[in-house]
Amino acid sequence: MSIMAYNGGACIVMTGKNCVAIASDLRFGIQQQTISNDYPKVYRVNDKCFIGISGLVTDAQTLHQKIVFRHNLYKLREERDMSPKVVTNLIANMLYEKRFGPYFTEPLICGLEGPDNTPYISGMDLIGAQVQTDDFLVVGTMTPAMYGVCETLYKKDMNEDELFETISQCMLASLERDALSGWGAVVNIITPTKLITKKLIGRQD
Amino acid sequence: MINIDFDSLEQPTLFDSLASDVKYLDKPHFDLPPNSNPGDFLRETFAHPNAPKPLEFAHGTTTLAFVYSGGIVVAVDSKSTQGPYVASRSVKKVIEITPTLLGTMAGGAADCSFWERELGRRCRLYELRNKELISVAAASKILANIVYSYKGYGLSMGTMITGWDKTGPQLYYVDNDGTRLHGQRFSCGSGSTYAYGVLDSGFKWEMNDEEAYELGRRAVYHATHRDSYSGGAINVYHVQRNGWKKISSDDCFELYKKYYNIAPINKPTN
Repeated sequence: MSIMAYNGGACIVMTGKNCVAIASDLRFGIQQQTISNDYPKVYRVNDKCFIGISGLVTDAQTLHQKIVFRHNLYKLREERDMSPKVVTNLIANMLYEKRFGPYFTEPLICGLEGPDNTPYISGMDLIGAQVQTDDFLVVGTMTPAMYGVCETLYKKDMNEDELFETISQCMLASLERDALSGWGAVVNIITPTKLITKKLIGRQD
Repeated sequence: MINIDFDSLEQPTLFDSLASDVKYLDKPHFDLPPNSNPGDFLRETFAHPNAPKPLEFAHGTTTLAFVYSGGIVVAVDSKSTQGPYVASRSVKKVIEITPTLLGTMAGGAADCSFWERELGRRCRLYELRNKELISVAAASKILANIVYSYKGYGLSMGTMITGWDKTGPQLYYVDNDGTRLHGQRFSCGSGSTYAYGVLDSGFKWEMNDEEAYELGRRAVYHATHRDSYSGGAINVYHVQRNGWKKISSDDCFELYKKYYNIAPINKPTN
């Protein structure tokens, strides 16, 4: 079994009109054994930038701690939050530093960029090869199923309610086909003025 | 004088070709790989880096069966996976061998369904020849002897054979390396350890039927919760004096809502 699928997990980011959404499942397992069903893979960097890290959970935790550390240093020096673009470049560099002994994680970054709050999403592989899109990105143990539903349900310029509905349906539908992810999901919607976080009940098998 | 064997030059007669067809009707016949050890051959073939993935369905499973005062309860899940991919949530893992015999499916789905169907055929022939029902001991031994004769060929099955014969309710465990065990409680598959935990802690000899069904259902439910390769719906069967009966088929998500009293999404919990 691949080390990337050791703990299981799934994560989706999506853009809407003046908003972005990030969702992850809640399972934490060790191969076929489910240890916890309340383990989100989404981390807050600041109010306008969230990251989702799938893959090996021990590496995801370490990576998250290092990102928080670097973000704190940045805030002390610059007296402002990192923008999602900066966070993307930071993580890509941190991952490439470990080019020959990588963290087994695939991060997704989402947030609102700049003074006019442009929706921004990006992702990368385990050694920091960046990818930017303007619709959606998926990572996890069952990406073929996730791409399938996202391609089908995604529309451009959805408002925050439509975006919540779409990303929730995408998450729950694709989790049905994945044995290593699921057990519920958590969805975060980031808008210029507020942050919406909701938990979704999912199948528990 | 030189002895020349002319037999090989003879054309096969119509009788020969018919006889060879009839021969295959008598018992299953398989084309074998051109190798003296099919088990090793399969292992080496699939170990090759360019080899296709072996299509092993229903590898993750939870099945259980136990004897109690009212007969035997058989409970199984219904999920089928290929690696992390969930191929189906509606597999029938209880195999109805004859109207009086039940088998369960764990391991290779094709192996279990084929050989338990073949077992059903042989049991029916036994009943026609001997004018009485076959005992569970005999039926399970037929299966054990079949799988033993294919030992090393790569069969994958772990199965419980149950039924009610003239000696009462009987439960046997048969697996692909030829093990055949008589017992009171068995569980099989990747979720079996979790199921044993619930089953052994909740078991009593004296139970009414509803209690027994619920114990089997609960044991498999909790196994599906912990074991990611088990799930779907839980099917419960009851083996009674005059044959088996299907009791229920409940989706795990519905059971989750029932057992944990989960409110629907976005409604207040009070």
